[in-house]
Amino acid sequence: MRGPAFLESLEAAVPGGVVGTNLEAIDPWVEVAPQAIAEVSRWLHDAPETAFDSLQCITAVDWFEPDPKKAAKAGWEPHVELVYHLWSTRARVSLVLKTKLPRWKDGQPGQCPEIPSVVGVWRTADWHEREVFDLSGVQFVGHPDLRRILCPEDWEGYPLRKDYEMPLEYHGIRGR
Amino acid sequence: MSQVIDDDPRIIEFDVRTDEMLVNMGPQHPSTHGVLRLVLRTDGEVVSEIEPHIGYLHRCAEKIGENISARQFIPYTDRMDYLAAMNMNLGWSLAVEKLMRHQVTEKARHLRVLISELSRIASHLVGMGAYGLDLGTFSPFLYAFREREKILDLFEEACGARLTYSYITVGGLTADLPPGWLARCEDFLNQFEPVIREYHTLLTTNAIFVKRTASIGVLSPELAINYGCSGPVLRGSGVDQDMRRDGESIYTAMYDGYAFEVAVMKDGHYPRDHVYPAVPHDAVLGDCWHRFFVRMLEVVQSMDLVRQAIDRYSACKGPLGEPVKVAEKIPVGDVYLETECPKGQMGFYLVGNGTAIPWRVRARSSSFSNLSVLAELCHGCLIADVPAIVGSLDIVMGEIDR
Repeated sequence: MRGPAFLESLEAAVPGGVVGTNLEAIDPWVEVAPQAIAEVSRWLHDAPETAFDSLQCITAVDWFEPDPKKAAKAGWEPHVELVYHLWSTRARVSLVLKTKLPRWKDGQPGQCPEIPSVVGVWRTADWHEREVFDLSGVQFVGHPDLRRILCPEDWEGYPLRKDYEMPLEYHGIRGR
Repeated sequence: MSQVIDDDPRIIEFDVRTDEMLVNMGPQHPSTHGVLRLVLRTDGEVVSEIEPHIGYLHRCAEKIGENISARQFIPYTDRMDYLAAMNMNLGWSLAVEKLMRHQVTEKARHLRVLISELSRIASHLVGMGAYGLDLGTFSPFLYAFREREKILDLFEEACGARLTYSYITVGGLTADLPPGWLARCEDFLNQFEPVIREYHTLLTTNAIFVKRTASIGVLSPELAINYGCSGPVLRGSGVDQDMRRDGESIYTAMYDGYAFEVAVMKDGHYPRDHVYPAVPHDAVLGDCWHRFFVRMLEVVQSMDLVRQAIDRYSACKGPLGEPVKVAEKIPVGDVYLETECPKGQMGFYLVGNGTAIPWRVRARSSSFSNLSVLAELCHGCLIADVPAIVGSLDIVMGEIDR
């Protein structure tokens, strides 16, 4: 199922959807173009030979090194990576989807990058996407009710960004 | 004139018209299991919409994980599902070991099974007792805590703590068992086994309990899978999935050679390896009663696994093995691992960048996904059924808010 045959049929179904793979990693992953994520998810969910009917987790990883000396040696450009962990309850196999987004939309700090929502495919994505939006600042286009879930509604900033700074005070409470 | 108004049927109807009302439940409501706030939109006694508000217990565990080494993160996992801290320790340890390609000794493996299954019993006992409280019966809670106390005593002897153990750690366990512990553990099991029958009399077959839980909050298997439900909530809906059997090889290898049958209803009956009361006629698969019953079966199953682990552990000679160093470097790469915790599948995602401190830590908790289905379950139920449904999901807020 994780072999090239499965990838070929995915590419045939969603042309240009798959932009890279790493099948040698501990958890092999498929890199998907951000704008194709909803389509790829729909195909993976519906196609009988894959049937990834369960979404386990959505994670955002902020690839950013605030220290310019370390950043020069890092070997990657700053970006936000979204990682989707899928699971098939019938075939009992897992699949990892990754997709790369710019850190900020149009390079403007504070403007969240955008990606299509997968709520229409897996309902559990509702809360997971809200959490990613809340803590990592990613805008999910098409989400029915995208608002903060763990932090208070009037919280500012996205705490899991590497350059996040705790506010000096919040409603009279000292932050740092 | 007044005679005319009294006789007009339209005016009488106007008088008894009901308005929609927003009812706030929690975050200090005792039957919401911690700091969960529910906003109910009600029409009389019927709930038309329910909106959970979470985050009151958010302690930034993932951010903290990005600033300390993998082994230093163990105490923070304790505080996620604080009713089954051993299983949380195990989940994180296995995820780190998966990335490090570290293998624990055979003795440590069996001790881990022993400890995490005991922890599962303790967690299900709280789930059962607290569920009784939710439904207005006090005594099962006391009986459950009486037995849980004995498990906590055993844990205290083994690692010194009663709630946040940090006992299972990356690369093994912090210490071996003290002398005589196994005998005391066996004493406990022998004394505990007949008590389970009492629980069934108190709750499982109790007429009032059945009335409050059977056919209430029915969750279809398709919906459960789509909402990412796991653990007893998923198995209560008849989906045959248990990560101890179906999970990744690093986790299932731990249970290699152990005999157990997944507690799920297949072809209309539960596994017949133990004597259990009959399923009531009113109960339908996926309702609160079945979720509760799966937990009760898992208590028996875990007891069985503990007995097997005791035999295998005592057959192991040689040392337990040392855990990895506190500042052990984590290789470059990322791993995700889900383990079967008492509440469901707990997943840890870890990104290493070659230093001792992980680049990213992510905890996917089972209660988070299990709670997200609540709005679907409570649609059109009575207000009195809301605590019954929330209780049957057996959530822990520490794990949801992290």
